[in-house]
This record gives sequence, structure tokens and C-alpha cells, in this order.
Amino acid sequence: MNNDLTLAQILISAFALTLGAATPYLYASIGEIFSQRSGVLNLGVEGTMLMGAFVAIFFASDKGLQIDPAIGFLAAMIVGGLMGLLSAVINVTLKAEQGISGIGMTLFGLGMSSLLFKMLADGVITATVFPKLNIRGLSDLPVVGEIFFQQNALVYVAFALVPISVWILNKTTWGLQIRAVGQNPKAADAMGVNVNRVRYSTVILGGVFAGAAGAALSIGLTGVFQENMTAGRGFIAVALVYFGGWSPWRAMLGALLFSAANNLQIWAQILDVRIGNSPIPSNLLGMIPYILTILALVFARQRHSLEPAALTKPFERGEN
Amino acid sequence: MKRKVLLFALLALSLMGLGGLVSAQDGPVRVAIVMPSTITDLSWSQAIYSGLVEVQTEMGGESALEIAYTENMFDVTAAAQALRDYAEDGYDIVIAHGTQYGTSLFELAPDYPETSFAWGTATDTGMEAGLTNIFAYEAAAEEGGYINGVMAGLLTESNVIGVVGPVKAGDALLYINGFIQGVAASNPEATVNVTYADSFSDVAKGTEAAQTHIAAGADVLTGSSQMVVGAIELIQTEGGYWFGTQSDQSAQWPTTVVASQVYDWTAVIEDILAQRASGVNGGVAYNLTLENGGLKFAFGDVVISPELLIAAGEAAKGIEAGEIVVQTELPE
Amino acid sequence: MRIQKRISGGDFTAALAPIIAVILALALAGVLLLILGKNPLEAYASMIEGAFGSDTRIFNTISRAVPLMLVAIGICIAFRGGVINIGAEGQLFVGAVSATAFAVAAGENLTPWLLVPLTLLVGFLGGALWGSVPGYLKARFDVNEILSTVMMNEIAIRLVLFLLGGPMIDPKEVAQGTLIHQSAALPEASWLARLSPPSRLHTGIFIAIIAAVIVYILLWRTPLGYRIRAVGQSRAASLYAGISVPTYLTLALILSGGLAGLAGAVEVTGVTHRMVEGFAVGYGFSGIVVALFGRLHPIGAIPSAFLFGALLTGAERMQRDLQVPSATITALQGLVVLFVVSSDVWVRRRAARRASQKVSEPISADSSIQPIISEAK
Repeated sequence: MNNDLTLAQILISAFALTLGAATPYLYASIGEIFSQRSGVLNLGVEGTMLMGAFVAIFFASDKGLQIDPAIGFLAAMIVGGLMGLLSAVINVTLKAEQGISGIGMTLFGLGMSSLLFKMLADGVITATVFPKLNIRGLSDLPVVGEIFFQQNALVYVAFALVPISVWILNKTTWGLQIRAVGQNPKAADAMGVNVNRVRYSTVILGGVFAGAAGAALSIGLTGVFQENMTAGRGFIAVALVYFGGWSPWRAMLGALLFSAANNLQIWAQILDVRIGNSPIPSNLLGMIPYILTILALVFARQRHSLEPAALTKPFERGEN
Repeated sequence: MKRKVLLFALLALSLMGLGGLVSAQDGPVRVAIVMPSTITDLSWSQAIYSGLVEVQTEMGGESALEIAYTENMFDVTAAAQALRDYAEDGYDIVIAHGTQYGTSLFELAPDYPETSFAWGTATDTGMEAGLTNIFAYEAAAEEGGYINGVMAGLLTESNVIGVVGPVKAGDALLYINGFIQGVAASNPEATVNVTYADSFSDVAKGTEAAQTHIAAGADVLTGSSQMVVGAIELIQTEGGYWFGTQSDQSAQWPTTVVASQVYDWTAVIEDILAQRASGVNGGVAYNLTLENGGLKFAFGDVVISPELLIAAGEAAKGIEAGEIVVQTELPE
Repeated sequence: MRIQKRISGGDFTAALAPIIAVILALALAGVLLLILGKNPLEAYASMIEGAFGSDTRIFNTISRAVPLMLVAIGICIAFRGGVINIGAEGQLFVGAVSATAFAVAAGENLTPWLLVPLTLLVGFLGGALWGSVPGYLKARFDVNEILSTVMMNEIAIRLVLFLLGGPMIDPKEVAQGTLIHQSAALPEASWLARLSPPSRLHTGIFIAIIAAVIVYILLWRTPLGYRIRAVGQSRAASLYAGISVPTYLTLALILSGGLAGLAGAVEVTGVTHRMVEGFAVGYGFSGIVVALFGRLHPIGAIPSAFLFGALLTGAERMQRDLQVPSATITALQGLVVLFVVSSDVWVRRRAARRASQKVSEPISADSSIQPIISEAK
């Protein structure tokens, strides 16, 4: 096929699209990092994302409340926070098996969001997505401007959250508490840190970010909602936390790598890349991002220095 | 007086077509349908559901035709259960709206010889296997695809057109193959880029594909299945055009969707009802074509040039007359 | 880690808790139904009717339980071995597709007595192979299994689509030009016998129950099972005791994947008789729910699978009768899980009180999941 695009053009737009596609993963992964660094595995990200995705579009859509998308984003975060609260009650107070309670949260969120969608929208619901926000001076820069500075507000916020969360985790008292509670809750407790309160705060924050991730998918990327529209993205976001070895920077790298691989496989289809004379089946191309993510972990040096030792272990004062 | 009687007779005759079926039974004709997505998906499932509702309205409402449906039956085992339940509950016609349900249907049909089954898209009515109570239906989606392609070829300014494909199979593949031929006929200069998301439902994948098509220069897009809604929303934001298929998508995006090929199943449903009324429980295969009126076109509010409409009309005439033969398969 | 043979009072509480949890979840879902404007009693009556209303319905409920049971038994092994297997869905697909490929190819050349067990074996091996990848990656490279099983699911879905649309496509689909992604029908010789037509109940139910017993014996009566569980309890302690932790982690995932693969093979030979797109969707998660409900015990998975089989068939009936969206049941399933895991805390406290005089188990410092605590030790 005669696409007259230069390789440079393709790469520029591929990277620009990658940033947008990585955004939902980024929100969810950063939230999950907070939760996990304090010792709580929240596998329910998928369900929370779905709730956030629906609430956001319901606030923004003409078919819904017709309020500003920004309010939709906020509402998604609030609902995400409520889901996080529920998750905290179950995992922290009731000390549930975290791997399984997450499956419960996922099913609950999937069911509830679909039900709300049926009741309140019934049919295709659309909303105008966050518009591209050009930053004067930066957006016009060649290459750099095209890749980084012609994105919507949700993208900028997501990437800004990376250094902010690194700073919170490493430089603030709260961050210290989070890490202490995740590494050695008993010692933290002895030092007067309220272990469960810290865990509540991180799990709720994780929910807020997962809600934001859902909003990024519905009113940031697609402008629509459909039942189960996350289609496993919440689990990928959790996987990226492991990929990133609990570091927001490396999780961001993972999200970018994964999204870039995904975008490049779409390009491969558009450019009709062939092996010999036959086109590569789209199914096989579609596997690449997943295989690549696994391979990257195999070949990259494993980092466990940040691994929270108390991950998935509920805290009980005076136990043992 | 005589004239009045004649008028009555005429009226009665004209009503025979539909009214006759109803009177053959005590209650309403009961139709049940199992489908993989929802009745509001703006594509595959909505097309047949609105066909059923239309027939119901024509026949006089629920007292004449009862419709039961089960949606979101992506899992074939669950779908098989639903089909059997409907047959067990005595529905007259049970429709399995998905090729993937075929195996279950063929297993089920012999147990309920009085029930008519219908499935699609498919051509096999099970006659060879000795089954007599299965109808099969399909759509010659390549025909409408060709016409959409002709219009898209004339409409594009960038000479790049993107196709957001779901899974490379069934009516989606037919549609896309027809579309490619249509573009080639009206605008040999234009490039058609095709991607498959390998999902019928993942809207985000559809959006990502559409984004990439636009980045590759496409100003006109098309695609099939319920996963395209995000892609249409995107091309609307970008100010480009969309060509739809399966259901009328212009109602939702009137200024973006130029035209939609619409599967009009009403004639098929009516004929199945008529066949049953005359004692035939199955064995007929239907194909929606332009010629038999099963494929229709719905236009939105996009202002299009007369040449475009003329070209589309000529293509339609050519296909109906058999002068244009749209291939269902393309060399890779 | 003494094995207690008798059922004690603690087990009774442990068994009762999920039932109370289900009742609570049903009550909450009832409120949901009220909001939807449906009468919950009517809805639940329709569910019961759908699941148990006739012999055929009961048999169908049981047949629905078969794959859930097999997947859940596999999940039990993984969780007991301290690995979270989210990959059952992919393992089931690969198992089903391998079994299909084998049965279609071997078809007429083998007698049913050979063909059926071999087909099931191939399914088991397919799933085991798919499970072995995350297992090996975890053992050798310490790649987290949540990450790898999630990725392997996505890869499996595409692999199966590729096979069904390409090398394994039904020749009829090519001839008709419809190219729907489905395999050729399995030769009849490979079908599992139907026990009570027209219901779909097939001999797979015996396979599942036998598998549960075998896995029970394996886990609690053999050195191999003891080691798998020891690794699940505490990797550090196991290492100290000279158990090769990587080997048993891998083995847990291989066996878990094998059972999911067997579930796929049983479903394809017992129910669908060909591999199609939309085959056994969502059984991976439901299997985890079933396993949890059976208290991660293979024998417990048997009643638990029946219950969820009933829930699924009943729910579909309810959807048809009252036009209740199927999503209600997904939400209900989620609530059931949440109530069950939350109720664990009370069960555990009782168990802890009774066991207070016993030596407490060592706390592991690794990232393994907590083994199921509520079990009487």
C-alpha cells in the first residue's frame, strides 16, 4: 500500500498516541503502587476503573447530567475513592484474602457499572472527550511539541503524577509511613504509626486513581462507555506495578513500553508489513505487547529493593 | 352494497398475509431471540431486534407477536442453554443470532420438531443432516460495503481511508472486502488501510485503531461491529467522515456518519412467519441483498454532493442488475 | 502443620460462613432488584426454577458445574502452593484448543476407548504447558505470576483466535466463505457420553469428581502435595527445610494449568463438540470464586461448583423471565466473594482461639500470598 509517510512522521505520531494510550494505565498503576507500598494488594482495580469510566461519562454526556467533563473526572475519582474505601474495609479491617477480594471487587464493579449503564443510559452513551490542550510555546516545537505537548489535560496530569508520587513516597512523612507500614508494620506500629489508618489512606487513594484511570478511558480516550470497556486493562495496570518493581518511574516506563508496542502493531497492520509475501495475521501482531512485557521482565535485572515485605499481609497488633 | 362486500373482501385479502398467521393460532406468535451483544449496540444485534419490533408493530403489537430476548450471550454454552429454554417454553420461533451458536442449534433442533429455529449469518439449514426446522440467514454485506466504498473514495480529500475491523470473519470481512473494491472503483488513487482489533466489543481498541488511521492521514473511516462507537466519536471530533454498516449509525452522529448500510431483517422475519403459517418449519436460506431490499441505506445530515449520490445510485443499480460483481474474497 | 483427619467444630463454622455470606449477598442483591423495579422474591423464584425446575434443568446445572469444578480444583493447587493463578482462562482455552486439534486430527484412526482419554490428556497437557510458562518464569526469573498469567491470558485469546481463523478453521467455513473462527466438529468418537439427553449432562461430571479426589489425595496424602503446601505456607521455612521452592512453585502452576486445560477439553468433548469463539468465557474468574467458596479445598469445590452452576443457570433464567440485566448476577457474584472473604475474619478468630495453645506458625518474609487461614490446623 502506498502510504507516503516518512518513518520519522510515523514514529512521531506513534509516540504521541502512546502517551495518550498509556494514560489510563498510568493512573491505575500509580494508585496501585501506593496501595502496595503500604502492604495491600488491590486486585480490584478493574472494577473500580469501570465504575469511574461510567460515572465520568454519565456526568459529562448529553444523555446523562450534561455537566462539564472536569466534574465528570472529579466524580469518577470520588466514586473510585468510595470503591477504595470498601476495599480498605474488606482488606484492612476485615483482613480478607487480598488476591481473592480483588476478584470480588472486579466482579462487583463490572456488574454495577453495567447495571448503571443499563438503567441510566441504555444504549450508546457518548461525551466529548477532553480537548487537546496546547501549551503556548511548547506545542509548536518540532518533534518534541508534537509528541509531548499536543495532549489532553488528563495526559499531562497523569505524567505529572509520576514525579509527585515519587516525591510523596520518598520525601514526606506520609510517604515514610507508607513505606514503613509496607516493610515492617510491627516496627511502624511500635513507633506510633497507625498502621491501618495509613493503609486506609493508600487504598482509598489507589481507588481514587483507579477511578481517574476509568475516566481517562471513557472521557479522555474514547468518548464512549460500554459494558466491560476496560477489558482487562485494570489487571494489566496491576501487572505493570510488578513490572516497575514498585517504582512509579519504572511503572511509567512499563506503561509506555506496553502502549508503544500496541500502537506499533496497529501501524504494522496499516503499513501492511509482510513476512515474505504474506501479511502477518493481526492476532499474532496483537500478542506482541504482552510477550514483550514478559520478556522485558525476564531480561531486565530484577529489582526487588522496593518490594514491600508485608505485601498482602494484614496487620494484627500483638499477633504472634 | 356489493361494492362494500368487495371492498371488505379485498381488505381481508390484503390482511391475509399477516393476519392469516395470527388467526391460525390461539394466542400471539411467540418469537425468542438470543444474541451476543445488546439490543442497543447500534450494530449487529440492534439491527435484528429493530426488525422484530417493526414486524410486531405492523402485525398489531404484542397481542399478535410476542418477542422475548436474551442479550450479551457471548458465551456459547450459556447461549445454548437459553435457546433450549426458549424451545422448552414453547416459543414458536427461536432465533440464534450468531454463527457461533450453530453447533448448539443443530443439536437442539431435532428435539423440538414443532419449533422453528433460525440462525445467522449462515447458509446451512441442516437439510443435508436431515433437519427440517431450521432457517438460515445471511447478509451480502459486501454489496453495501461496495457502495459505501464508492462514496468514501469520492469523499476523501487525503486519499487515505481507514477501516476499523473487529475480527477477520463473517459479515465484517465481507463488508470490508466490498468496501475496498468500491473505493478502488471510484478512486484508484486512494489507499485503504485495514486494521483488525480481534475483538467485537473492545471500544478502546477501536479508538486506538482509529487514532492511528487518522495519524496515517485518513479523513474517512469505516468499520463494523459494536466496537466502532469510539472510533465514530473520534472521527467526529476530528471533523472527518464515517460510513456505517449493520445498523443506522447516523442517528447518533448525524453530521459525521455519511451513510449506513442497514440490515433490514423484516422481510426475512415476515417470510419465516408466513412459511410457518403454511406449515413449513424450516429449510429456507435467506440472503439480504440490495436487489431483494434486505440491504438498505440510511443517510445522516451530512451535506453530500449530487455526484456522490449519483455514483452510489449507479453502483447500487449495477449490483442489482448483476453488472457489477462484488467479490467476497480478495487476494492477500 | 499437623494434618487433622476428623472434621472438627471449626470446620463447621468455616462451612457455615459462606452460606451466611451468600444469604447476605442475595439480600443485598434483592435491594438492587427492588431499585430496578423487580420483585426480588419473584426473581429468586425464577432463579430456583431455572436451576432446579425440572430434571433437565437440574442436569444442565450439574453440567454447568463441571468446568467450574475442574478449574476450581486447579486453582486450589495453585493457591495452596502460594501462587495466584489468574491465568485459568488462558489455560482453559489452550487446553480446549489442543484437545480439539488432537481429536480432529486423530479422529477416525482411534477407537473411542483410546481417543477420549488421549484427547483429555492432550487438553490437560496443553493447559499444563500454558501454566508452566508463568511457573518457570517465576521459578527461574522471579517474574511475578500475577503479571505473567494476566499476559498469558491475553496471548492465549489471540493464539486461539489465530488458530481458529487460520490453521484450524473449519473447512466448511472456508468453503462457504464466511470464515467464522471455529474449528471443525470433533469426531463423534471423541464425545463424552451424554447421561440423560436432552440435558447436556455428560460423563465429565465423573471426571471432575475423580479429579477432586485425586487432587485431595495428592495434596494431603503424598510427599509431593505436602511440599507444595509447605511452599505455600512459607517459602522461607520450606527453603530451610531443604525443599526446592522453585520446583514446587512451577509444579503448582503446571498442575493448576493442567486442570484448567482439562476443563477446556471436557467442555469441548462434552458440550460444544467444537472449538468456537466465545467458548467458555469467564470461567477463569468464576473458577477462582468457586475455589474460594469451597475453602480452597478440592472436595469443597464440588458442592461449591454446583452452587455456582445453579447460580449461573438460574440467573440466565431470571434474565429471560423478568428481563433482569445479566449484570445483576455479575454484581451478585462479586458481593458473594466480598462477603465470603470478609467473613473469614470471624472464622479465623474462632480458629485462633481454639488453637491459641498451639505453637503459632512461622511468619514468612517473602511475598507469597497468605495461605488459607481458616482451615483447622
